[in-house]
Amino acid sequence: MKLSKLPFGKEAIVESIADTELSLKLLEMGLLPGETVALENIAPFGDPIAVRVGEYKMCLRLQDADCVMVNVIS
Amino acid sequence: MAQQELTVALVGNPNSGKTSLFNALTGLNYKVSNFPGTTVEKKTGSTKLSAELTAQIIDLPGTYSLYPKSADELVTYELLRNKAETNFPDLVLFIADASNLKRNLLLLTQVADLGVPVILALNMVDIAERKGIYYDIDQLSKQLQIPVVAINARKRTGVTEVKAQLLQTHERNKVKYFSLDFLDQKFLEEISEYTDKKNHYAALQYAINAAQLISTKSKQIRSIFDRFQFDSRAFQEKEILQRYHLIDDAVRIARKQKTGSLAKSITQKVDKIVTHRIWGISIFLGLLFLVFQAIFSWSSIPMEWVEIGFVKSAEWVQTTLPEGVLNDLIVQGVLAGLSGVMVFLPQIIILFAFIAILEDVGYMARVGFIMDRIMRPFGMNGKSIVPLISGMACAVPSIMATRSIENKKEKLITILVTPLMSCSARLPVYTLLIAMLVPAEAKWGPFNLHGIVLMFMYLLGFAAALVSAFVFKFFIKAERKNFFLMELPGYKLPVVQNLLITLYDKGSAFVWGAGKIIVAVSVILWAFASFGPRNNMRAIDEHYAQLMQSDSAILFTTEELATQKSAAKLQASYAGEFGKWIEPVIKPLGFDWKIGIALLTSLAAREVFVGTMSTIYSVGGDVDDLDSIRAKMSSEKDPITGKPIFSIAAVLSLMVFYAFALQCMSTVSVVQTETKSWKWASIQFVYMTALAYLSSLLVFNVLG
Repeated sequence: MKLSKLPFGKEAIVESIADTELSLKLLEMGLLPGETVALENIAPFGDPIAVRVGEYKMCLRLQDADCVMVNVIS
Repeated sequence: MAQQELTVALVGNPNSGKTSLFNALTGLNYKVSNFPGTTVEKKTGSTKLSAELTAQIIDLPGTYSLYPKSADELVTYELLRNKAETNFPDLVLFIADASNLKRNLLLLTQVADLGVPVILALNMVDIAERKGIYYDIDQLSKQLQIPVVAINARKRTGVTEVKAQLLQTHERNKVKYFSLDFLDQKFLEEISEYTDKKNHYAALQYAINAAQLISTKSKQIRSIFDRFQFDSRAFQEKEILQRYHLIDDAVRIARKQKTGSLAKSITQKVDKIVTHRIWGISIFLGLLFLVFQAIFSWSSIPMEWVEIGFVKSAEWVQTTLPEGVLNDLIVQGVLAGLSGVMVFLPQIIILFAFIAILEDVGYMARVGFIMDRIMRPFGMNGKSIVPLISGMACAVPSIMATRSIENKKEKLITILVTPLMSCSARLPVYTLLIAMLVPAEAKWGPFNLHGIVLMFMYLLGFAAALVSAFVFKFFIKAERKNFFLMELPGYKLPVVQNLLITLYDKGSAFVWGAGKIIVAVSVILWAFASFGPRNNMRAIDEHYAQLMQSDSAILFTTEELATQKSAAKLQASYAGEFGKWIEPVIKPLGFDWKIGIALLTSLAAREVFVGTMSTIYSVGGDVDDLDSIRAKMSSEKDPITGKPIFSIAAVLSLMVFYAFALQCMSTVSVVQTETKSWKWASIQFVYMTALAYLSSLLVFNVLG
């Protein structure tokens, strides 16, 4: 599933990052394969979204979250 | 024994508490300069470690990695990469957020691999413990093979321990985390030789960053990369993943997590409200309103003090020094310029107090998060909102604030449009001109009509900024893809000492940065307005000398004669010549040559318009007497047609001109420094002047 489609209240594990230009920056920010993520907030105008990555919260635009594939864990 | 000095670089991620630690270590014992060739502030402070040893601490901008993405991050990278630099640190004091240790340590391992000894200051241990995360400090130190000190920078605990470690560590062994053994050794040696760096990681890291740029050096580096089939992107990816792998192992061993569910953090509860569809926007607008109130009403009292102070000192100089050119230069050139700078200091301090508190608390990151969607169609991002709002006080510090924007295109657009926001220097101009349009007591429903027109001018500036940004979006080439990745840090209580130090820094940056230029331009313009073609000036002197002798002299007081004489002199001066020379160009906008003089003198700062008008219309004595200037201006007639110069159309045209024109040399200068090119500073000056001219032309001709 795409990170942009992750519903509230579900945790997921990052599987892969598609966009090459973005991936290095995401990796540096700790969003790497195997890390746990969860959706925490959506901005008032529907975009961007705030995601818990490991131990902290970061925000990214939906178009960028589209490039991150995750697996939901129940 | 002579004093020895140890150079320590303070390095860490953004939001790790770096500034708090710097303040705790050095107190007020610091100085601010700029990193060479940038407007990025360089703070260097000293702290005594022992009787013999003092540490010079350099505060470096927060960064996530040694592959820099923004102007701020580039500074950190530049200082750490070059061992030949005089500022190259003897050791690095690395500060990390314990509640988010893994991501913080990525940069630590990169810095250590450059071959500099590192000490880790583990900050916010209390916040981590609230999250249920406990670290065994000794174990962490053993795993990372470096000294670790637990601190709380905001509460200033652990500072003595950090100093004790600084005393010992500079003799310690260096560590190495990431091995380059998987690469071809011949390749590494060639890169090492080419970049003249013994440390292989430092050499390769420098080569990868340099290869991104366009230069002859990068061409050669790329050709070495090609020859050895080295893919720098794949390497970087591998590097980051391996480093995280190492960090994972170290952190897992040192960490003791309490079992059981973690309580929902306060940050998450607050964010639910702050980013809420309705509450979030209401809170943002409410805060904005509060900031406006503060800037325009609370600041009026201290602004008055500043004005009175300058009037008094001008009077003192005028009466104390002998009459003559020097007296005029000090009073009308230097003091007038200084007062033009200082009078805005209260507004700027108040604005930055708000911004600094909101930043320290963690709210500013949320503003970016909330506003990003709105700014995006205009080629900007959520981080652009802070410079734009600050632009309502003064464009100079606002343009400096754009350096946190990572994407070059978005940063450039923000810089280009920020001066369209109505800054406080436009306020006196608007106040005078609006008073000529509508009587002060006029109402529109329950609202004061004066205030409504003023608000309209602010909206006009904001709209112009958005439209211009939208247009620039199509003309500025993007170097890389736009993205908006930002940490939303946990909420914290503000620290008073941090706030005071920030205000002191911003205030002095404004006074010295903008002040230098405003005073210089003010002195030049004073010369233009005081001197003129010799024959004309002599004729005026003679005329008034005769007048004083003649019978008609009794019709005027000496003071009236003096103001009339200075008006005549200004009109005959080089500034007056300039006004007449430019008149054919500004005539279509409804401006005569007298307004032309004011347009010229406004180049020091826009509010000078009011002072120039009062000199031209020879309003003696108190410059702030707006009513009498207004009355004189209203009765001014065109000598040929006999119609009033300041018709409604002309006043509106003049207001629009002041809304859009870049009549501020300080802004031009700061844009030049920030973009490192005269190209963008000139483009900005030209487009804003063109916009002002065409809009005024439209307004005057449609209404006139």
